[in-house]
This record gives sequence, structure tokens and C-alpha cells, in this order.
Amino acid sequence: MRQFLYALATLASHWRRRPGQFAALFVGLAIATALWSGVAALNDQARRSYDHAAGALGLGASPSLVAASGGFFVQDMFIALRRAGWKVSPILEGTIRLGDKSYRLVGVEPLTLPKISSAKMPTGEALNDFLGPPGRALAAPQTLRALGLAMGATPRIGDADRLPPLAIAEDLSPGMIVVDIGVAQRLLHRPARLSRLLIAEEPAPDAPALAAVIGEALRRVEADEAPELAKLTDSFHLNLTAFGLLAYVVGLFIAHASFGLAFEQRLPIIRTLRAIGASLRALTFALIAELTLLALLAGVAGMIGGYLIAAALLPDMAASLEGLYGAELDGALGLAPSWWISGIGMALIGAVIAAASGLVKTLRLPVLAIAQPFAWREAQRHWLYRQAALAALALLGAAAALLLGEGLEAGFVSMAGLLLGAALALPLPLAAMLRLGERRARGPLTKWFFADALQQLPGLSLALMALLLALSTNIGVGSMVEGFRRTFAQWLDQRLVAEIYFEAASETDAHRIETWLARREDVAAILPLCKAKTTRRASAIETAWPVEIVGAPPHETFSAHFPLLETRADAWGSVARGDAALVSEQLARRLRLELGSHLNIPTPTGDWRVEIVGLYPDYGAAKGQLRVDRDALVSRWPDARKLDYMLRAKAESAPDVMLALQSEFGAGVARIIDQAALKQRSMTIFERTFAVTAALDALTLVVSAIALFASLTTLAAARTPQLAPLWAAGVSRRSLSLLEFVRVTLFAAATALVSVPLGLALAYDLVAIVNVRAFGWRLPFHVFPSQWLEVFALALLTAALAALLPIRRLARIAPASLLAVFANER
Amino acid sequence: MSVMSAARDAAVNGALLRVTGLSKSYRGPQGPLPVLRGVDLALAAGTSLALMGESGSGKSTLLHLVAGLDHADSGAIRIDDVEVTKLDDDGRAALRRKTLGVVFQQFNLVPSLTVGDNLALQARLAGRYDCDWRDALADRLGLSALLDRYPEQLSGGQQQRVAVGRALAPRPRLLLADEPTGNLDEATGDAVLDLLLELSATAGAAVLMVTHSALLAAKLDRRATLAGGRLAL
Amino acid sequence: MRGLFLSLALCAASFAHAEGFAGLGDEARGFAEPQPGHRLVFPRDHGAHPQFRIEWWYLTANLKDESGKSYGAQWTLFRHARAPQDGEGWDSPQAFVAHAAVTTDTLHLFAETRARGGVGQAGVEAAPFRAFIDNWSFSATESNLSGASIAAVAPRFRYTLALAADEPLALHGEAGFSRKSESGQASYYYSQPFFRVDGALAIDAAERKVTGRAWMDHEWSSRPLAADQKGWDWFSLHLDGGAALMLFRLRSDKTLPFVSGSFISADGAARALARDDIFLEPLEQSLVSGRLLPIRWRVRVASLRLDIEAKPLNSQSFMGTGLGYFEGPIAVFGSHRGEGYLEMTGY
Repeated sequence: MRQFLYALATLASHWRRRPGQFAALFVGLAIATALWSGVAALNDQARRSYDHAAGALGLGASPSLVAASGGFFVQDMFIALRRAGWKVSPILEGTIRLGDKSYRLVGVEPLTLPKISSAKMPTGEALNDFLGPPGRALAAPQTLRALGLAMGATPRIGDADRLPPLAIAEDLSPGMIVVDIGVAQRLLHRPARLSRLLIAEEPAPDAPALAAVIGEALRRVEADEAPELAKLTDSFHLNLTAFGLLAYVVGLFIAHASFGLAFEQRLPIIRTLRAIGASLRALTFALIAELTLLALLAGVAGMIGGYLIAAALLPDMAASLEGLYGAELDGALGLAPSWWISGIGMALIGAVIAAASGLVKTLRLPVLAIAQPFAWREAQRHWLYRQAALAALALLGAAAALLLGEGLEAGFVSMAGLLLGAALALPLPLAAMLRLGERRARGPLTKWFFADALQQLPGLSLALMALLLALSTNIGVGSMVEGFRRTFAQWLDQRLVAEIYFEAASETDAHRIETWLARREDVAAILPLCKAKTTRRASAIETAWPVEIVGAPPHETFSAHFPLLETRADAWGSVARGDAALVSEQLARRLRLELGSHLNIPTPTGDWRVEIVGLYPDYGAAKGQLRVDRDALVSRWPDARKLDYMLRAKAESAPDVMLALQSEFGAGVARIIDQAALKQRSMTIFERTFAVTAALDALTLVVSAIALFASLTTLAAARTPQLAPLWAAGVSRRSLSLLEFVRVTLFAAATALVSVPLGLALAYDLVAIVNVRAFGWRLPFHVFPSQWLEVFALALLTAALAALLPIRRLARIAPASLLAVFANER
Repeated sequence: MSVMSAARDAAVNGALLRVTGLSKSYRGPQGPLPVLRGVDLALAAGTSLALMGESGSGKSTLLHLVAGLDHADSGAIRIDDVEVTKLDDDGRAALRRKTLGVVFQQFNLVPSLTVGDNLALQARLAGRYDCDWRDALADRLGLSALLDRYPEQLSGGQQQRVAVGRALAPRPRLLLADEPTGNLDEATGDAVLDLLLELSATAGAAVLMVTHSALLAAKLDRRATLAGGRLAL
Repeated sequence: MRGLFLSLALCAASFAHAEGFAGLGDEARGFAEPQPGHRLVFPRDHGAHPQFRIEWWYLTANLKDESGKSYGAQWTLFRHARAPQDGEGWDSPQAFVAHAAVTTDTLHLFAETRARGGVGQAGVEAAPFRAFIDNWSFSATESNLSGASIAAVAPRFRYTLALAADEPLALHGEAGFSRKSESGQASYYYSQPFFRVDGALAIDAAERKVTGRAWMDHEWSSRPLAADQKGWDWFSLHLDGGAALMLFRLRSDKTLPFVSGSFISADGAARALARDDIFLEPLEQSLVSGRLLPIRWRVRVASLRLDIEAKPLNSQSFMGTGLGYFEGPIAVFGSHRGEGYLEMTGY
């Protein structure tokens, strides 16, 4: 123990003398942990929100009936439907104010709730209490905390009413309070009124039709996709995770480089300790303890950084998830203990990975071996061979994953293999370049320049690999995002041809509006759309996937403008005949459909066999989509939603039409938007989706700059002995530092050159493989040379900035320090 | 007095160090390169011996073997009735820590520790740190005013004095010195060696020193020369 | 007797279970208790008795289709009160659970539905008699419950049966006061054992005409079980020749089973059987829905010289609702032949 402590103290004293090295190591580990845990926090947050959405008693998981005209309806409809055999459960929702905050009050009837919801209700005595009197108000623990109230409290609502005693229900959404339906009717002052009927079981085929029981008063609303959110958003999160891992790896490169250097510089200390009798075991424990302490420290710092990153990115991610999938995220970041444990664990694992080779090398070192770069050329050749072998292995892995694997994971594995392989192979072309330079060089100084650069290569290579990864990712992701932006904008222009889009509140409203519009001269065409939902399975194993079927009337608006990827001759004619469909790219890939294949669509009136006559891109859509003729759809789906409209009008009269529509029909128009606003909104969703990606991309670049800086700083100290002879031979410090600067810039430039093809390969992998597997659509592959220039400049700038400080130090180094090299021979 | 008779004397008097039949060869490009071919040596407690020989004669190798820093091919090394060649790594480390003091040609100080901490390092590892003894050493070695400095701020002679102090701080039975003044100028070297011998005597440590200088060797009790892998008269 | 247990099924997810079987041995807070000597009045007592904690209307039918294939049908409505009063709207403390089942020799289909009282989703009226929940109903025109119609609809089956009987109602125990334990637990309990059935039954959309015999029970109480009573075995039998027999035994983990029964002659005269007159003896156990149940019985009534064996039409007639129970058609043979229903709970 004594030995261990003194060995640890002696080893640790090294960091006091070299705070820069310690900082690089610490920052490397901390950044790796920060980016990884930041992404993990974002993912956790999203998953928790999905759970909450699903956990809001699962009320959204059942289809329901709502008033066709919106608002409330009489309870008698519930009784009438139940007595007709419809298994429906009444809900009354409203808002109450407690203190200065609003809460969503949901009244439920526990005995008739759908199974998915009733399973989450209290049972036994607790159910008796819930039914009352006086009943119970169920709320999430957070809600109770926010209210500052304990269980059993009965907060006042307004002047006269009180909530029933509060009780905790773990998986309710915050801000939601659940009471018995009778209590809700009293508190919301809606006696015998309901806002929704959940359909607990689909009505039997021979059950009376909805309209036969209660007329047109209620309309059916499909279940939220909330429970499917987790599935749909998986790809999105996998993307994030991949980025987190990339950043983690880049961070580890930094840590590895610093560890390597630290171990090398401490070899003499370790040798001395061994010579004066510190046992190998004590030294091993000391090194491991040091590593663990460092990892814990850096891990905690990284976790704090990760929290900050996640907090900064959360709004963008929340917005893009909502835009893409309609998933709502809690705005406040919550941190689970598992997040802390996994984050610190990643820091520890990272530290071990980064330090393993150095540790093993140190401990296996014979006490008497002399550390100097003797026969370094020989050693370097070995090192290069090893790098080449590892690179080949990684590239082989990438190829295997690409050829043999199928899912998104395989896509990412191939990408990781490609990046890693390329990074490992990087020193090969660099070394070749330097050898060539050395051979071609005339003057002694130039020759020395190349030879010395060659010797420096192993020390810098890790930092350069990190830079390569960051630059390639930058090019790859940049190409993808820019390419997508252009494609998307063009696609929006083609797809959004109609001037006005609106949704009627009910079918009665829809008819009235249609009649009214038909009389207006400034409306060139009324295009009613019709929507139905179904699910399709791609295979027996795969779970059902939601598919939307859109029925549109035959019109020039579609046949002349609608963007298609592949199409048969007279595709629109076939669609209009009612036996053909256009299929979205996602759905086509999922179901392996091509032009000419046939598809059986399950409908309420039996299977409907259609021929696929066209494939169209449906960027950003999480579900599959089919487009068919409207009349054909209505004849097979009598209950299909017939509320959506597109209007053609002159651009200048569009605002008038919109105003007139709204003033004439008021709440009869549920939603209305013009073309420009719709495009704007779509682009906003798009931008936000990639905001997180772009932010992580930029962070990775910053990290690689830090890596380069750390490596250069630590190397600079070790460079003095190499430079001193030149100085003694008459090369000025200014020239020496200039040469150093040129060398670093040269390295960066060469790395940037290599990063262009790698970045393009990455971009191709992203658009043609990862994106297809993640989202189901393929993007056109664009090349943006201006981006390369940008990246090139960025690389030089990064290198220059990173090199500046060490070189400034060199230029100002005291001649005494250089002299010391001779006085104090190693 | 011959080395052989000295070995006999040591055996009679209970030698501190007894080396018998020690052989060691290194792997060279053309097969094994024998360095030591059956060396016998004995050293009584409190005495000193200078080990001389040309470069490559195996002086340092012999010293390293005695320190347990390297493994012999055959033969035995006994220090205080402990058979060094039979010790495992932990045992050798303990031997170095507690029984031996080692001074190298290169000063081998820990650059990130102060002079004071360097002085105390081995004694602390051995669990024998004695504040008064360290202060006495520092005083005698002329390092008292330099205790808070770092090695790189000292001259070569000062650094080697720190190394000597570090080796003697745990009061070893045997001090092994490998060309301790090789990196120092003559006057400094003389002074350091005098201190080394004087303090070893004070501490009651025997001294085995490798040197190629006959002048320095003369300061020790006895001398022996390595040639052709054997100790010569 | 039957259905006691069922009340708990209503309550399986809903109400408290403390002592005894499914809380039926609980203290009855403020609820009325059956009293000996109380006279039942019809049609008034066909209706609900909200001042009692639990109540059920129960019909089991042994049916045959035109090809002679046997079926069983069950229709049950349970009422459970959280407080001894009626009420309008959601504040009503009354709740209902209903079970329906159809049994063949290879199939046992069942369904469950639940409702709150007070809002019109479920309820029971005395004159004319009408019990309903959702689109399940049981109504009758006559005071002896003749002229009745009963219907249930479930995802895989549905039935509508017309019921007629000339005989009067049979009152169990002491004029309808039926003891359940030595320590005084009791219920009000009467039956109509003589229904002739004519109707239609559909399984998986295949409808068939059916005829046969049915047995109706109505029972109510507040605390019908002693705390140590854990379950029961109950028989209702239509004997060839026109007589009917009802037997039950309540199993206790402390004492001997509490046995009781009624013999109703073909003219409708009911007579309570002495406890030492009845012998119920399990002959064979069988694994049903993961538990061991006595599936074959020997039944003896000494005073009737009755010694028969009872065998189920389908040994898997298990109601997998909440706390599961066995409820299925049986055939009997030996000294007498006949058919009926067997209910077993608490295994």
C-alpha cells in the first residue's frame, strides 16, 4: 500500500510539470464523454417522452369518436352506442387552473376503458377510492411536486370547487390529472357531456353502423401513432447515436495520443522507480489507479458538458421530431441514474482503450532498455505495416457489412469500417509523400525537413486521423444535407402546386364549402382529397407499418406537376380508371414493389387489387403512402376521411379566397394554409431536422482541432533536442519555427486532400445506404466542390491555429534551453 | 590480496555479498555473446570494492545482475544469505528497495519531484524514511538549500549527489554504483566519490563500484579487474 | 348459490378483496342483512335490491340443435354496490358485470362486459322484469318469469333464447332464506328451474336453432360467506321425469364443508334437503386452465334413493375472467338420468 501510494504520487507528479499534456488528456476524455453522453441524454429524453405519450393512460392508443362539429356531445350517445353493442368508453377532457398554471383534466370511466388503458388504472381498494365519493385525482409525481402538494391534498379550483384528494399515478404525463368521469363533469361544469368516446373493441361486422345509431353527430378518429413513435423514430435516434459514437471515437483519439506521449515521457521515471525497488505490481496498481481517477474526473466533467450540449440541442431536436413524427418531447431535460452510470462507464472504457497499449508497453518494458529513437526507421516501418494491416481489416469489415448485412445497423457498421480503415491507412500516403520529398530534396535543410517530418509522423498521426475523420464527416454530411436541401426545395415546388390547402371541420361543412366555392369565379379548380388508413406487413416477421391512402381526382394539377421517380406511360390515366396506384418510395422499398407489381389493399369492402404504375418521392414522411383515384377510394372506403382540399386559384386572388372562406365558414374550416406558408413550414422542419446533425458535425470538427492542438503542444516539448543541433548549426529560431509551421500545414493539407474522396464515399454511403435504410428514401448524390474548398481552408486554419502556440513558444525559446540539450545529454 | 582469498576471507567472516560461478551471455547477430564466464566474488559488510575493466568487459552487467535488474544464465549471487537468482520479480524489487542502493552514471532522478522528494523516494518506498538521516545526508551532500528545487535546476554534480543521497537514505547494506562520476568533470567527480564513500561508511554500507578510472579505484578498499569474462587479479 | 363467486369477477379488477373468498366474507358496512322469516314478494323481488351489497341474475341452459348436438349457454348479471343506496348519474354506487358463455363438447367461448349504474348503460327493473347491460338483456312478462327472452352478443358467439315455464318459482332454504354457514351467513335465493327453451345460437357466424331446458337463479345478500369459506361446488340438475335438484357445498379451510340443497318435484313443490341427506364426492381431478379441478362427481341423496355420477360436456368449461371459475353443462347417470350445470370456484 505504501509502495503503491508513493509510486502513484511520483507518477502523478509528472502532470504537475506538464499541465498541457494533462489538459489534452483530460479534455480528450471529457469531450468524448460529453458528446457521447449529450447524445445519450437526447435519446433518453425522447424515449421517455414517447413512454409518457404512451403512458398518458394509453388514451391515444385507441381509435375514438368525437363530435363531427368539434366540441362536446351528450352522454346519451354513449349509452345509445353501448346499448347497440359498441364497446365505447366515455372521456371528458378540459383544462383547469390550479394556482397560476393550467392542467389537463381528463375524466375517464374505469370499468369500460380499453384494456391498454384500464391496465394502467388503480385496482382493488384504490379503484373503489377512485370511483368515490369523493374520488381521487391521479397525477404524475412531477405534477404533485410542481403543485407543492402531498398525496391526499384537495387543491381549490376557482372559488367553489375542489379537486378530489390527489393520488400518485407513476406513468401519467406531467400536467395531466385524471379523475372519474362524473367528477370531471362536475369540475368542468359539463353535466352529462362528453368530449370523446374511446373505441375499446372494434364493433362486430354485424353491429349497427355508427350513423344508424347516432346519425352524423360523431366521427371516427384513428388512434394516435404514439405507441409506434418509438419504432418510427428509431432511425432518427440511431443516426444520433452514430454521431455520438463518432464524436466519442474522435475524443478517444485525443486521449490515446496524450496517453501515449505521457507514457513515453514517463518511461525514465518508471525505470528509475523499478531500479530503486518499486515492485511491478505496485507500479501496475498505481498506473491503473491513476487511469481510473483520471477517467472519473474527466467523466464527470464530460457528463456536465454532455448535459449542456443536450440542453442546447434539445429544442431543435424536439422541433424536428415533432415535425417529422408528431412526437412531443418534454421541454425539460431529465437525467436518469442510468445515464450517469453509462456515461461514466463510457469514460472508463474510453480511458482503458486509450491507455491500454501504453500501459502494456510500459509494464512489459525491461528495466534496462534505453529509450531512444534508435533504428526508428525500422520501428516506423513496422508501425506502418501494422497500420496498413489494421486498415485493411477495417475496410474488409466495411465491405462485408455492406455486402452481407441488411439493416440500418449494417449500414452504420460499413460506414464506421470505412472511416476507421481510411483513418488507419492515412499515414501510408503521408509517409510515401514524405519519402518522395526526402529523396527529391536537394538542400540539407530540405532533406532534414522531410526526414524529420517522417520521424514525427507516428506522434502526429493520431491527431491527423482525428482530423481526417472530422473533415470527411464534414464533407460527407455537408454533401448530404446540401444535396437534400436542393432536392427537397425542388420537390416542394413541384409537389405543392395548388395555391390553397384547407381542411374542413366535418363532412357537412365540407359539402357546404364545396358548393360555395363552386360558385366563386376566382377559384379555378376544387380538388377534394380523401384519406384512408391501413397497415401493411412487408413480411410475416415485420410488424405492421402504417400506410396512408390518398385519393385525388384526376386533374392537370397532378398529372402535369406531381413529381415522380419512375412511371409507366399514361400512369395518371390508369389511376383515374381506378385499378392502379402510385406508391411512395418508402412503401415501395418496404414492400419491394416496382412498376407493374400488384398490391392487395385491405379495405372495409374486401381486398382491392391495384397495379403499381408510378413511384414518387415522399421526403420526410414516416409512413408509407399510396395515391389512387378519389372516387375509387370512396367506393371502397365509405368511411374514408373526406375533409382535405386543394384549391387552384390565381396567385393574387388566393389571399382573398382564404379570407372569404374563413369569414364565411369560421370554425367550419379546421385548418387553412397557402402554398408559400406550407413550403415555408416544410423547409423549417427540414432545417431543424438537420440542425442537430450540423451541430454535432461542427462539434466533431472542434474536437479534432483540439486533438491536433494537443498533439502539437505535447510534441513541441519533445522537439527541442531535435531542433537544437540545427540551431547550433546556424538555422535561426525564426526559420526553425517557420519550418515547423510549414510542416504542420503540409500535414493538414495532405489530410484534407485525402478527406475529399473519403468524404464523398461517406456521402454516398449516407444518401444511398444509410438514408434508404433509415428513412426509406434515396437522395440524389450531388457533389459540391465549393464545399471541398471550404473544408480544405478549414483544415489549414485548424492546423494553423493548433500549431500557432507551440511554434510561438519555439520562436521565443531561450537559447539556454537549447543549450541545455548539449549540457544535459540524455 | 587476491580476489579469491578475499572471497575465502569473506566466507569465513560471513560475507555480505558472495558471487559464485556467474555466467551471462547476450544474443548477438552471430550467436550468443558471452560476457561473464564464471565469475566469483565476495564482499564483506562495510568494505568497498572497485570493479575495473575495459569497455564491454561486463562490469555493468555484473553490477546489474547483483542488483537483480537482469537474469544470470548460471551461477549464484547471495546477499545476506538471500539467493538473488532465485527471487521472483517482487522479491528482487524488495531486495533493491530494502538492502541495496543503486547509483547510475546517468543521474536517474525523477524530474517532476523536488530534490527533497527525490532524496526521500527510495526510503519512503522501503518504509524506512528517517527525517533526521535525510537531513543529515542533505547537509553532508550540500543540498540543504536546494531541497525545494527540481533536478533540472541543479548542476550535474549536484544531481549526482542527490542520486547518492537517495541511494543511501534507506540505509542499504550494499551500495552499487555504476560509473557514478562518469558524467562529471574530474574535480566534481572526486568530490562526489569522496562523499559517496564517506557516507557509505557512516551508513555502514558496503560499496561495489564500477569504474574505468584507476585513480578513482584507488580510493576504495580493494580492486578487481574483469577481463575475458573472468575476474582477474 | 352460484354467482357468489362471480360477484368477485365483477370486482376482479375493481373492488376490494379482503377476507374469505373474493371479499364475500367482508364486513358489510351499512348494508342490509337477510333475515329468516322475511317473505319474498313477486314480481317486486325480481328487481334489484340496492341496500344489499351483492346480487345476481343467472341463467344456464342445456340445449340441443336439430342434429342432436349438445350445447350449454350461460347469461349472468352481477350487481355490486359500494354503498347501500341507489343513485342517479355517475354518483351511483352501483356497478354491474355480466358474463356470457357458450359451451360445446370441444369449445368454450365466454365474454365479459362491465358498466356503472345510474347512467342507463345497465340496470334491473322488477315489473315487467328486465335486466340489461349494453346489448345483452333478460326480460320476462310473467310473475313466474315465463314469457322471457334472453340475449347476448360477443365477438365469436351470440344467442337469443325464448323461455317459458308453467311451474311456480322455487324458494330455497326457509322460504327463500338460504343459510351459507354455521355462523349465520345467508342470502335470499330463489330459482325458476323449469324453463323450456326455444331459440337461436350462433358460433362464428354459423347460426343454428336450439331447444332444451334452462335454470334461472336470483340471489342477493351482503355477506354470504364466512371468513374461512374459500370456495364452493354447486349443482343444478334437471332429472328425467321432470323433477329438479339443487345442491351445493361450501368448502372451509377450518371445518367440514357446509352442504345444502333443494329438491323440486315435477309439479314445482320445493323441499329443502337435510344436511346429512347429501353426499358429494369428487371422483376424478383434471387440469383445467392451469389448476386441478374435480371434474367427475358422485352425488347421493339418501332420502331420494339417488346415486348418480356427474360428467361435464366439456371438461374445459372455464371462465377465464378475472378470478377464473368453472361453469359448464353436465350430464348425470346412475339411479337417475338428467342434465344440468356444475359451478366450481375457489380452486
